[in-house]
Amino acid sequence: MSAFSFQNVRLVLGQRVILDDVSLDIRSSEFVGVLGPNGAGKTSLMRAVLGLIQPRTGSIQVLGQPVSRGNPAVGYMPQVRAALGSLRLSGWDFVAGVVSGHRLGLPILTKAGRSDVDRALDLVGARDLARRPLADLSGGERQRLLLAQSLVGRPRLLLLDEPLISLDPRHQQTVVELAKALQVELGITVLFSAHELNPLLGSLDRVLYLGAGQAALGTVDEVITGPVLSRLYGSEMEVIRLNDRIFVMSGSAEVPNCHHAGA
Amino acid sequence: MFDYDFMQNAFAAATIVAILAGSVGYFLVLRGQAFAGHALSHVGFTGATGAVLIGVAPLWGLVGMTLAAGLIMGFLGERLAARDVGIGLVLSLSLGFGLLFLHFFTAYATQATALLFGNVLAVDLETVWTLLVLGTLCLLALAVISRPLLFVSLQPELAEAKGLSLRFYSMAFLAIVALATAECAQIVGVLLVFTLMVCPAAAAQQVTTSVLKGIALSAAFALFDAWIGLTLAFYTDWPTSFWISALSAAIYLLAVIYRRVSRFR
Repeated sequence: MSAFSFQNVRLVLGQRVILDDVSLDIRSSEFVGVLGPNGAGKTSLMRAVLGLIQPRTGSIQVLGQPVSRGNPAVGYMPQVRAALGSLRLSGWDFVAGVVSGHRLGLPILTKAGRSDVDRALDLVGARDLARRPLADLSGGERQRLLLAQSLVGRPRLLLLDEPLISLDPRHQQTVVELAKALQVELGITVLFSAHELNPLLGSLDRVLYLGAGQAALGTVDEVITGPVLSRLYGSEMEVIRLNDRIFVMSGSAEVPNCHHAGA
Repeated sequence: MFDYDFMQNAFAAATIVAILAGSVGYFLVLRGQAFAGHALSHVGFTGATGAVLIGVAPLWGLVGMTLAAGLIMGFLGERLAARDVGIGLVLSLSLGFGLLFLHFFTAYATQATALLFGNVLAVDLETVWTLLVLGTLCLLALAVISRPLLFVSLQPELAEAKGLSLRFYSMAFLAIVALATAECAQIVGVLLVFTLMVCPAAAAQQVTTSVLKGIALSAAFALFDAWIGLTLAFYTDWPTSFWISALSAAIYLLAVIYRRVSRFR
C-alpha cells in the first residue's frame, strides 16, 4: 500500500526548479526522514503532498487518491512560528482550534471533538501542559502541542516540517522518539524533515534526500554514500561513519553546518 | 438619570456598540491587528468629513470609507497590513485630508470635536436603530465565520492546507472590524475607538485563556466601561469619552495585576 507517490513530477516555485522529473513511492507505515540543504525543497515537497502546490508536469497520488487540498487523512505540522510565543491562549484551545476548523459556525466543540483533542494531547503526553497559556510555555513544550495538533482528526499520513528547529539536543531526541513511538503505535506513515541526520538515525526506515532538483530514496546505507550525495549536492562529498554516527563532509567542512536557533 | 430621552438613547447605543466592540476586539487582539483597527477609524474621519462636503450624511461616509479601507487592507494581506509604517502613513494622511475637507466646509467644523472624540449624549433615536441593525448584522457575520477565523488566525499554514482561503477571511474580518469601528466612533469618537475595541479584549486575555470565556469577558468589560462611563459623565458633567477611556485603562491594569498575583498562588 502506498502512502503517497510522485510520478515524473516537476515542481517549480517562481524561477526555481525544486523537483525535476522526480518519481518516488512512500510506503504506508514508514518512518521517512526528509533531508537536504536549505532550499532543497523539503517544505515544498510537503506542500505538494498537501495539494497547496500544483506540479507543472507529472502526477501525485496520496493514499490511493489523486492529490487534493484539504485531505482529512493527511496531518501537517508546519514550521514553528515566532508569533505563537505571545498568544495568551491555553494550549487546549490552541489545539482545539483545528477541530472542524474549516466549517463555518461558532468555535464550540462537540463531545466527539473534545475527546479527539484530549486523545491527541494524551498521545504526546501534553494534557497537563495544555492547561497553561502558550505564552508561558518553552519552545519544546510548544512543539509538543503542535505535534498534538497534527494528530487531530486521526490522520494516516503525518508530515512534520522541521520539528527540531531551535531545540537543544536533549529535546531533539525526545521529539524524534515521540514521533517514532506515534508512528509505530498508530501504524501511520511519518515524514520527518530535518537538517541533520544523526538525531533521526535510530528511528528511520528510509531516507529521502533532496538536492539539485533530484531526490534519492532508500535506506541510510543506500542513500548516505559519497556518490549519491555528490550527485545531489553537485560537488565532491565524503561520508564518514564513527561510533554509530554519520558525518557528511564537503572538503573540510561538515555538511550541514550545526544549526542553532535562528538558522 | 433614565428619565431623560438622551440618556436612554445613549445607554441603548452604548450597549449595542460595547457588545459588538468587545466581541470583534477579541479577535483583533488575537490576530495582533490592534493598530490596524485603530487606523481604520482615522480613515473613517476622512470619509465622514468628505461625505459632508458632497452632501451625504457623515455616518455613511464614515461607514463607506472604513469598509473600503478594511477590504483593501484584507486583500493586500498580512505583510502589508501589519507594517506599522504603512499603516501610520495612511492614518496620518487621512487625518490631514479630513482637516482639509473641514477647511472647505467650515460650517461642519464644530462637529469635528464630536467626530474625533465622540458625543454619545447627542445620539438620536434614529441613530440608535441604525446602530442596532448594523451591529446585529456584524455580530451575526462574526458568529458565522468565527470558527474558521479562529483557525486561520492561530495556524494560517494548517488552515491553508485544510482548504481555507486566508485572503477571504482576512477581508471578511477586516470588513467586520471596519463596521464595528464606525459604530464605536459614534460613541467614543474616531480617536478613542481603541478604548472599546482593544482595551477590554486585551484585559480579558489577561484574565482567561479560554476562547469562549475570553469573548464573553471582553464584551462584559466593554459594557462595564460604557455603562459606568455614562453614569459618571451624567453625575459629574465631565465628558463621557474621558470616563470610558479612564475606566477601560483601569480595568486593563487591574487585569494585569490579577494575572501577576494569581501566578504566586
